[in-house]
Amino acid sequence: VRTRPILDVSDLPLHGGGSQSVTWWGTLGFMLIEGTGFALVIAMYLYLRALAPEWPLSAPPPSLMWGTLITAWLLLTEVPNILIYRAAGEQKLGRVRLLMPVMTVAGIVPLVLRWYEFKTLWVMWDSNAYGSVVWLLLGLHATHLVTDLGDTVVLGVMMFTRHGRNKRRLGDVQDNALYWHFVVLTWLPIYVLLYWVPRL
Amino acid sequence: MTGVMVASVPIDTQVHDTYFVVAHFHYVLIGGAVFPLMGAMYYWFPKFTGRVMSERLGRVVAGLVFVGFNLTFFPMHLLGLHGMPRRIYAYTADMGWGPLNLFVSGSAVVLAAGFLLFFIDAIRSAHAGKPAGDNPWGAPTLEWATASPPPAYNFAQIPVVTGPDPLWQHQDEIAVACGLRLDRREILITSVASARPQARESSPGNTIWPLWTAIATSIMLIASIFTPWAVVWGMIPVAIALTFWFWPKGTPEDEA
Repeated sequence: VRTRPILDVSDLPLHGGGSQSVTWWGTLGFMLIEGTGFALVIAMYLYLRALAPEWPLSAPPPSLMWGTLITAWLLLTEVPNILIYRAAGEQKLGRVRLLMPVMTVAGIVPLVLRWYEFKTLWVMWDSNAYGSVVWLLLGLHATHLVTDLGDTVVLGVMMFTRHGRNKRRLGDVQDNALYWHFVVLTWLPIYVLLYWVPRL
Repeated sequence: MTGVMVASVPIDTQVHDTYFVVAHFHYVLIGGAVFPLMGAMYYWFPKFTGRVMSERLGRVVAGLVFVGFNLTFFPMHLLGLHGMPRRIYAYTADMGWGPLNLFVSGSAVVLAAGFLLFFIDAIRSAHAGKPAGDNPWGAPTLEWATASPPPAYNFAQIPVVTGPDPLWQHQDEIAVACGLRLDRREILITSVASARPQARESSPGNTIWPLWTAIATSIMLIASIFTPWAVVWGMIPVAIALTFWFWPKGTPEDEA
């Protein structure tokens, strides 16, 4: 079959942002999968609560302090997160370099707080069904904090190398910021569920 | 489809756990899924082997399978309606199911002969069939525009498609996109609905890191069966492998 060129793509960019990037779609798909995971565990929690004679099962509700501190901190981190998303979109490498360490700290602090959060759940994962589902939910969210921190550290280091000044890598910074939005937003219903539903 | 039918209580009361159910789901499955599968084999066999299967043997196979299939599974419906249960291998002679079951067994041999002939023809044609050329059927879709069997890259230049039958729009000619670089593995990113080209995304080169990642992940998961600490310590090699996989290699693919 003879070929007839009718379209010249040589003027197209070497990398597209947003929905023109496969990484963006990958991040979206990941959010969909992980969001479904959270929704399933939340449904498990509510199902067990509906069956249980008392809730929480033979334990006091978790202490409010650490969970509330995490919530406040996560909401606060949205400020630098939105700023770094914009800076990466505008390809301002200097500002991205400034904000990457900030986002790294933003990711470390909730992990420290979470350590105490686990300690003040007042129930172990193998105590009863309540303990299992609470540890599962908090652990699942903690996993997301850890993985996003890992991403942020690797990208942060990369921003200070010769690979930083690159549209594709700045797009990765944007996708990473997008994912932090997801980590923060999913925490809000979990916080209400873990801390306020047992106090109803 | 059988499940839909026996969801009706009067039908289920009559045929539940009878041979009718076995008959019906095979009728649906073979007629609905296996026939199209065989059709697809004949249709695309030339594309993936470069050779066509025998037309003459194909007609014999079609006849044997179609006749054998109907004569095997249709009488089984009747056996079920006559009260024969499913999942039995013996019954007393006075049930009266003998003659029809003998007929079914004979028909199954016809059906099996059809399948046997099909496989013999497939094996034979793979190396001794008539050479197919790019498009032995004069078919309209893109796979028939490339060589049979296709090269690993499918097309040297990406075809531009404006309708459902691209090969029928212009005889012996196919519209393509040009301008992708030769020193960088590039694919086109297009808009979701209208497929307008938006970017020349790079396609990564060969790398060993996905394999190391898979091995590290496997070790972590298998070890986690024995101790939960394997998740903690196992994450370290996984994270290292993922980072090396992700880290730019300085190739043209990393340019932007």
